[in-house]
Amino acid sequence: MTTYFLRHLQVLFQSLGRLARTPFASLMTIAVISITLALPSGLHVLLENARAVTSGWEGGAQISLFLKRDTSDQVARALAEQLQRSSRVAKVDYISRTAALEEFKRLSGFGQTLNALERNPLPPVLVVYPMVGGPTPVDLESLVAEFNRVGDVEIAQLDMQWVKRLRAILNLAQRGVVLLGVLLGIAVLLIMANTIRLAILNRRDEIEVIKLIGGTDGFIRRPFLYEGVLQGLVGAAGAWIVVHTTLVLMADPIRRLASLYASGYELRGLGLLASLGLLAAGGLLGWTGSWLAVGRHLRAIEPR
Amino acid sequence: MIQVSHLHKRYPGGHDALRDVSFELADGQMAFLTGHSGAGKSTLLKLITLIERPSRGQLIVNGKNLGKYRRRRIPFLRRQIGIVFQDHKLLYDRTIFDNVALPLIVSGHRHQEIARRVRAALDKVGLLAREKMYPIELSGGEQQRVGIARAVVNRPPLLLADEPTGNLDAELSDEIMDLFHSFNQHGVTVLVATHDLRHIRRLNMPIIELKNGSLVRTTVAEA
Ligand SMILES: Nc1ncnc2c1ncn2[C@@H]1O[C@H](COP(=O)(O)OP(=O)(O)OP(=O)(O)O)[C@@H](O)[C@H]1O
Ligand SMILES: [Mg+2]
Repeated sequence: MTTYFLRHLQVLFQSLGRLARTPFASLMTIAVISITLALPSGLHVLLENARAVTSGWEGGAQISLFLKRDTSDQVARALAEQLQRSSRVAKVDYISRTAALEEFKRLSGFGQTLNALERNPLPPVLVVYPMVGGPTPVDLESLVAEFNRVGDVEIAQLDMQWVKRLRAILNLAQRGVVLLGVLLGIAVLLIMANTIRLAILNRRDEIEVIKLIGGTDGFIRRPFLYEGVLQGLVGAAGAWIVVHTTLVLMADPIRRLASLYASGYELRGLGLLASLGLLAAGGLLGWTGSWLAVGRHLRAIEPR
Repeated sequence: MIQVSHLHKRYPGGHDALRDVSFELADGQMAFLTGHSGAGKSTLLKLITLIERPSRGQLIVNGKNLGKYRRRRIPFLRRQIGIVFQDHKLLYDRTIFDNVALPLIVSGHRHQEIARRVRAALDKVGLLAREKMYPIELSGGEQQRVGIARAVVNRPPLLLADEPTGNLDAELSDEIMDLFHSFNQHGVTVLVATHDLRHIRRLNMPIIELKNGSLVRTTVAEA
């Protein structure tokens, strides 16, 4: 068992030595892999940040209950109190018809024109703030449907359409990133396969001699697989560095942008899990790429 | 050790390199394989090491029938045969020590065992002091001796050599042949392909002589 382990360790160091002996070629391959993996990883980070920001906005969701126009102040207040008692509701604001008109006058700038109206055209409104961040998540859609069934309510409206649209766009973008990741993953695979193919052809004589003295295919394959895994891993680590360097460079402008929206949002990098995933993907792609190359080219090299 | 009967080899181009060759080389025997250039000497050695496959006939090496030998098993057959090449086939980016150690590394020996055996093999060919050098720094004869050390380091029961003295002067090639002779005296079966009749006379060994792929004369057992 320890012999087996030692032998693998030996091959690992041999592969490291080989990579170090051709530093330029190895660095080129590693740089290409880094850049290729950095692109989907970076987009993933951006998306995750966008998601985190908009999930904060979801807390600001409110439902406007436009009551029937002839609802009296008393009935409206009673309804507000009744809703307030629900565990799914955090707060209810009552905007009376007069208050609504005042606010509209103030905000719209049509003050004089509206004064000319004989009757107040606005309905009384209850603004309901759903309980978010509670023990059970509130299903906003079903809450709206319930409010719509209340007798005094003309119409209940969730003021969140645009958040939803943004959400849909983010989901679409997520798909795009996954797709891009798959395509670029295939690119890494091909880069690795080609690198290892060249390594095999470079060491043709050595492979021939090893076959002549009784080396198995597995023995010959092993250092190439290690080489592939190593370059994939280092390439993934490089991608991580590229992504985080970019984030550091972008941190200032983003902080300024965030301050415009009065939020003290801090950029997040790749989390631990995502970082490990990136490394694993690099290693796996390197291994698979070299495995493909070795499978194809090792058989073709036979002693003559 | 080697039993050959009605062996036939036709290369893809249609050339018959061996025709109906039969002989037997007993365990512990040493013989010279001889014949003109193109007679089929290398071809016979390549069949014994499964570098080439026989077209017809039977070939048994160390008790194993090579007729339908599985590709995956070939490495394990080759570990029982030491092969010496005219062009040495050394790895020029590795030290003498590492070159000789290769067969032991390939078959997974322990580290200490490898060092011990490599030094013993280098000592036998008189190159122990050169273990840290690279092949480029050695003369042709010395490189050939490294090749021989690599061939015997695994203590194979069978040793094959294809024109091992091809590029060497008389004195050096005598040394090399004497080396093969001494391995034979330690019980290794040895088959050396050469067209240098001088060695054959000098060492008075049995011969297997080919001509245009056919066996014309042999002083080993005819199977
Ligand atoms: N791979 C091959 N494909 C086709 N023909 C071959 C091949 N190898 C050898 N031959 C032919 O088979 C014949 C025997 O070749 P072989 O190499 O066995 O001769 P040899 O006795 O070793 O000669 P030499 O003393 O010159 O080394 C030659 O005519 C050669 O041209
Ligand atoms: Mg020959």
